[in-house]
Amino acid sequence: MNCDDVIRELSNYLDGELALSAKQDIEGHLDECHDCKLVVDQTKLTVEVFCDAKLVELPNDVKSRLHEVLRRKLGGKGN
Amino acid sequence: MGSPKPLNAPNPHRLPSSVAREDEHLLVAAAKRGDTKAFEELVNRYEAKIFRLTMNITRNREDAEDAMQDAFLKSYSHLKNFHEDSRFYTWLVRIAANEALMRLRKRRPNQFSLDEPIEGDDNLIPQEIEDWGPSPEQRFAQTEMHEILSNVIDTLEPDFRVVFVLRDIEELSTEETANTLGISVPAVKSRLLRARLKLRQKLNRYFRQAGTN
Repeated sequence: MNCDDVIRELSNYLDGELALSAKQDIEGHLDECHDCKLVVDQTKLTVEVFCDAKLVELPNDVKSRLHEVLRRKLGGKGN
Repeated sequence: MGSPKPLNAPNPHRLPSSVAREDEHLLVAAAKRGDTKAFEELVNRYEAKIFRLTMNITRNREDAEDAMQDAFLKSYSHLKNFHEDSRFYTWLVRIAANEALMRLRKRRPNQFSLDEPIEGDDNLIPQEIEDWGPSPEQRFAQTEMHEILSNVIDTLEPDFRVVFVLRDIEELSTEETANTLGISVPAVKSRLLRARLKLRQKLNRYFRQAGTN
């Protein structure tokens, strides 16, 4: 397995979607290749920081308008 | 207490089912019978996540708000068509993603096309490979980190961003993402890989610079 193969399978590796032998092949390459190890670790961290960041909060005015629209259009009593 | 992450192993995504609570199907059933209070409870649970989704796809607050409102209204009016073969939240995400995509297409007709052929796998090898240090997350204050991540995701092309948002942030499966976007599973996989590599490269500029200053 070469660097090209590792990058091509990077997503499948991070998502745990590889067969055991392919996973072992990649990990064997990562033991030897510092650059690929950095890319794999940094890509994994990239996904994690976006997952954990909660970049978008729901503003109060947007929330209020949503509930107002729902009350008006669904005919509910609302909160 | 949560269980610790396994060491030295890839970290498969959390399942979307972690979002759903056990009583969700009862609320859905009540809402189907016309109980608006039950539907409102579902809205209260998911409104923040749905707004995050529509914002992350459109990157425009007005479009995101409209998409969210229409998604909840449509989900209510089509609730009878929801046969509970998936989680309500997943079904809602698909409706909201489509509402957001419609607005994104209108606003950026020349920058966004899911109909383009699948990209080849050439030129995937990253060019900028530098050490980020032991923990870039700890080098930045939370607000600074948010600013960096917002800037970075803003500059990711919409074709790639929507796939990244649905797969990695909303944790839809590859198949659910493909169905939502109307593209093939290989196209989702190809775009997800490219999105992740592009985001890594964009972050590299911030994290590398911070490491050398």
